[in-house]
Amino acid sequence: MTDNQLLLALYRDMRRIRSLEERVSEMFVRSETAGSMLHLSIGEESVAGVCRAMEAKDSFTTHHRGHGIFVARGAEPSRMLAEIAGKANGYCRGKGGSMHIADMGLGHLGANAIVGGGIAHAVGAALAYKRKKQKRVAVAFYGDGAMQQGILYESMNLAALWSLPVLFCCINNQYGMGTRVDRATANLAFDERARAFGLAGEIVDGSDVEQVHEAAERMLANARDGKPGLLVLTCYRFYGHARMDKSPYRDSAEEEQGRRRDPLQSARDKLIARKGAGAESLDALDAEIAAEMDNALEQAIAEHLPDIATMFEDVYAPDQPKPTPLRARLSAILSEMTR
Amino acid sequence: MSAVETTYREALRQALIDAMEQDPDIVVMGEEVGLYGGAYGVTKGMLEMFGPERILDTPISEPGFVGAAVGAAMSGLRPVVELMYVDFVGLVMDQLANQAAKIRYMFGGQIGVPMVLRSQGGTGRSAAAQHSQSLEAWMAHIPGLRVAMPATINDAYHLLRHALTLPDPVVFLEHKGLYTQKGMLDVSKPDGPWGKALVRRPGNDVTIVAYSKMVQESLIAADMLAAEGISAEVIDLRTLNPLDDATLVQSVRRTHRAIVVTEAHQTGGFSAELSARLHELCFDHLEEPVVRVAGEDIPIPVSPALERGSVPNAQLIAETGLWLVKRQAPGWAAE
Repeated sequence: MTDNQLLLALYRDMRRIRSLEERVSEMFVRSETAGSMLHLSIGEESVAGVCRAMEAKDSFTTHHRGHGIFVARGAEPSRMLAEIAGKANGYCRGKGGSMHIADMGLGHLGANAIVGGGIAHAVGAALAYKRKKQKRVAVAFYGDGAMQQGILYESMNLAALWSLPVLFCCINNQYGMGTRVDRATANLAFDERARAFGLAGEIVDGSDVEQVHEAAERMLANARDGKPGLLVLTCYRFYGHARMDKSPYRDSAEEEQGRRRDPLQSARDKLIARKGAGAESLDALDAEIAAEMDNALEQAIAEHLPDIATMFEDVYAPDQPKPTPLRARLSAILSEMTR
Repeated sequence: MSAVETTYREALRQALIDAMEQDPDIVVMGEEVGLYGGAYGVTKGMLEMFGPERILDTPISEPGFVGAAVGAAMSGLRPVVELMYVDFVGLVMDQLANQAAKIRYMFGGQIGVPMVLRSQGGTGRSAAAQHSQSLEAWMAHIPGLRVAMPATINDAYHLLRHALTLPDPVVFLEHKGLYTQKGMLDVSKPDGPWGKALVRRPGNDVTIVAYSKMVQESLIAADMLAAEGISAEVIDLRTLNPLDDATLVQSVRRTHRAIVVTEAHQTGGFSAELSARLHELCFDHLEEPVVRVAGEDIPIPVSPALERGSVPNAQLIAETGLWLVKRQAPGWAAE
């Protein structure tokens, strides 16, 4: 694959992420989502560089802002949107939603709504791969908010101590909810933190997907050989924390400047400048992706909600004792009344 | 194979060894489980037997290694994590309650977390307020976590063996006061099926419900009550989840009186859950209110004199039984 072919592929991955996120937003506006806890990853699409550098057998955990990662790892947009809408055919049968989407078939060990909650799972998965002598890497994706969580450092320490095939991937979008990263920590050199534990550590420009891809390829290869690392993508979260957040904690000048760090625009400009693709063909690609996502959105909206009886399924494995439904319990009590 | 005399600690160790020999995916991880042999010696010698790939000494990073166990359990291993004291569970509650317990559900049944978190609680060693608690209610409150609390040597072995076959996370709570106790172990014969409460001593006048070490105190209390002409039935819950309330209800509908005994604090404790269920399901059969004999609502003090006084014992259970059945008030009864 030439550089231009790769960049075009990455552009396509990133456009699909943005296009999907725009449909998530539209679905919310149309009151078709389950709730408003929807965290868009627009501005962070260069994570596709990491996703494309991973192998099919690799696994990953994500965070609450993980739609983009999942779609870049091969998720079906219609089933993703169905899950986000709480539909029966969603990836998690309408039980997880946006923040808990997962698919074992694609190696998605789960999105997590506890900041930093899934990081240690990637370390554990890597432990299993090492023990089973499988050449797989587990990637923990998370945001800058989790950079201040203790479990991250416990996980880094374990990964380095046990030489596990893990890549820690921090998408630094500058905000943990409404708190800008420089209000959350005194030292922004996150790569130093990794090196302090004996891990490799790199910070790359998240508006440059080629740089992200190059670093990820190299660090994944090292991780596969038992040399784990931390890769930080410096990005900007274009919109609010969740769908209802209008970002009152930052001014429009900052937003305007931040949105200029657009990995899609920069990839597009480069492609045109390097004659990797013409503007017209990129417009056609964008339109094709938009149609794909429109179609996925309408499909998801047309799907049906789960049957209420499925509520009691999946608490435990199917062959195990189940929870007692409230109505059954009340019936047992009240039917015994004798006076 | 016939029964042999052994200790609670040895029975647990034997269960781990036998399970690991059968299932190569079982790994043991935790603080001091390898070279040290376990803070209470349960994993002694296992590093030599199974090697460092299966017996993993971890740094003192409870959330990190419990979280890693969750990920490993989702990826083909069956980790047994030792949390040295149940008091440390506050450190790992997110990984236990938000992650391990909910992963199967949140992901629509795609995958489970077949791990066992072994820990131990309880008083008896003057280990003070941060090393002596009985916190099972915290875990039993969370759907998705099975909770086992063996009282006997045979259950220590068989409940752990069974836990190591289950597809869902199990919190396996031992009692530090039981490790050196002796009793009979028959590896070919469990006391009863997993999830079933057992009548450890049949009786007619009052039902005493307990689990873990309080089963033993209750059995001694039943002896004391027998000397007073009261026939007490002692039921060992064995697992808090699954909870076999049918066995309790059957007993209490016959005896018409019940005492629930736990070492854990009374307020908000599992004893309250049991009492509520008995009131709900035996209301018309009860002669008296269901009584809880539980740990005092105080932190566990270090002095042996104070520590002993802070949790129930056979004497207190027997006195309560005598009062409940024969209306004989003990010396400490308030005027």
